[in-house]
Amino acid sequence: MVINCKDVWEHISGYLDDTLASSEFVEVQKHLEHCEICSAILDSTRNILILTADERVFELPLGFSERLHARIDEEMQRIA
Amino acid sequence: MTAEEIQLRNEAQVIASIMAGETGFFHDLIRPYERTVYIMILSVLRNEADAEDAAQEAFLKAFRNLSKFRAESKFGTWLIRIALNEARSRLRARKTAAAETLDAAPGEEGHVSPALLRDWREVPLETLERQEVRIVLQQAVMTLPEIYREIFLLRDVEELSVRESATTLGISEAAVKVRLHRARMMLQKTLAPRLKQVNPKQRWFPWL
Repeated sequence: MVINCKDVWEHISGYLDDTLASSEFVEVQKHLEHCEICSAILDSTRNILILTADERVFELPLGFSERLHARIDEEMQRIA
Repeated sequence: MTAEEIQLRNEAQVIASIMAGETGFFHDLIRPYERTVYIMILSVLRNEADAEDAAQEAFLKAFRNLSKFRAESKFGTWLIRIALNEARSRLRARKTAAAETLDAAPGEEGHVSPALLRDWREVPLETLERQEVRIVLQQAVMTLPEIYREIFLLRDVEELSVRESATTLGISEAAVKVRLHRARMMLQKTLAPRLKQVNPKQRWFPWL
């Protein structure tokens, strides 16, 4: 079975998570070896996931933790 | 025992101590989940001040309802569900639901075509030192339709497993995988063309 670019796009997530069946993986791999466009899509997706997972992108507001624990302490004293 | 089993057992012990009156342990119990709870609430409310207040309320609700927690699920999963419920009920109260349903409308069928590129030069992590890059990434995630935004944050930012994400959102594991794939492709489509212009040697926006 030969797969085309659109088939590969449907498998990008599974490829990155390593959840493809081994036959699918082999087909995708073969396609990627000769297709610049799909390789660039795969690389850019992987790169974007690495960037968005970095803790600097989604940060807790400064002082969040202190304010939260102070409010919990207040609640505990109230019900004690 | 796996790391996950140890974590479950430790959590069960800590929860038992809190229920026995050593309430101070609640601080330790929630510490690993502060960011996840905040981010998930932010993803619903999309306003930092509201999200912080709702997050505090969600933690207080978890504290008050701790006796109802059943150990068959992970504490984290239970907590994130409380947080999402808190955020969604505030969103309904805010009555901006009309605007929200519009962007949540795209169905689960059909596929997303990625942005087509011939080559990709990796954007290094150092680029995240620049605030404008962080903002572009945040905005791309926060403007995904809600069902995709939630699953993307749980799986790819907060790194929950497929099963934990499914339990948290009350959807099947198959739905988790399909939604996550679409979310990633949507992000590739919006972000790849923008990130491609990031040149480490130049400022991205020359007028800034």
